[in-house]
Amino acid sequence: MNETKNELPGMELGNLHARLAREAEERGLIDVGYRIVDSPVGRLLVASTEQGIVRIAFEREGFDGVLQTLADRVSPRVLEAPARLDRAATELDEYFAKRRTRFDVPLDFALSRGFRGEVQRLLPTIAYGHTTSYAQLANAAGRPRAFRAVGTACATNPLPVVVPCHRVLRGDGSLGGYAGGLDAKRALLALEAAA
Amino acid sequence: MMLLPFESVVRRHGEVVLRVCRSMLAVHDADDAWSETFLAAMDAYPRLPADANVEAWLVTIARRKCIDLLRAQGRRAMTLDRIPEEQGTLGIPEDAVEARAEADAVAQAVAVLPHRQRQAVTYHYLGGLGYREVSEIIGGTTEAARRAAADGIRTLRRTMGAER
Repeated sequence: MNETKNELPGMELGNLHARLAREAEERGLIDVGYRIVDSPVGRLLVASTEQGIVRIAFEREGFDGVLQTLADRVSPRVLEAPARLDRAATELDEYFAKRRTRFDVPLDFALSRGFRGEVQRLLPTIAYGHTTSYAQLANAAGRPRAFRAVGTACATNPLPVVVPCHRVLRGDGSLGGYAGGLDAKRALLALEAAA
Repeated sequence: MMLLPFESVVRRHGEVVLRVCRSMLAVHDADDAWSETFLAAMDAYPRLPADANVEAWLVTIARRKCIDLLRAQGRRAMTLDRIPEEQGTLGIPEDAVEARAEADAVAQAVAVLPHRQRQAVTYHYLGGLGYREVSEIIGGTTEAARRAAADGIRTLRRTMGAER
């Protein structure tokens, strides 16, 4: 995505883009600002509305498709605006450095609808370093028989890592699925277990 | 069809818009016009029809912003005493400075073309628009736009050649 940024016109355009992001933020034109953050589980796209973090995506999900979905479902006024994500990036860094066990950055559940949204809002109640099962989570949501729907809710969590769907496992203790891949899920669980 | 994220619009068309701005203004002012163009475009973007020609739309906005800037400053477009002399702020290599000087010479020659020729050359050769799109912006037929651009290029060949 940044292939032009190191050539001469690209470098000038990079400076112009930084200025545009700053001025667009001042004028309240950015409905969705995003930034790419490096992490031990690969590059993460972190996107925020005025309300809070609205989407975190793993590289394997395809950043272009993720940005298009944000344009379609939230607003096409999507711009790379790193400054807006300073706090989120800092908290993620602290989390991956085992210096943070819960996130304080505001969240925007605009992409979470219906029962899935209810389940996703419950996920932060699973404490750092602990795990639960899809069935237990269905119980907590007041729909004990809906563990499949709970599985779908976890799989479609728009805010992975910060909203800890990685702490939900199958009843037999096996990993289940993960949008970031099973290696990423394993790495997050290991990180929290070692803290 | 859905609208692309605005970020993609900036990445795809940022360079064309910069060329248009630089064909009408000195480097420093062109940066201001570029910024104002994309701010205005971002504001209006959600209301743009999904099948609109985004590049032609941006070039139109850019042209208007350049004219606004020129009017606000009470200046005429690119005269000989306004050669952009700054060499950038980030240590641009020698050959790039030379290339820019040459580009500035071309920009000046373009600036003194008759109005329609200048527009046609700017949008087609610098802005990368097709003749049909050029004619949509400057009015008249596609063929007239093609002729205006061809006449402009002929004049440029003459002036640039005569300077050597």
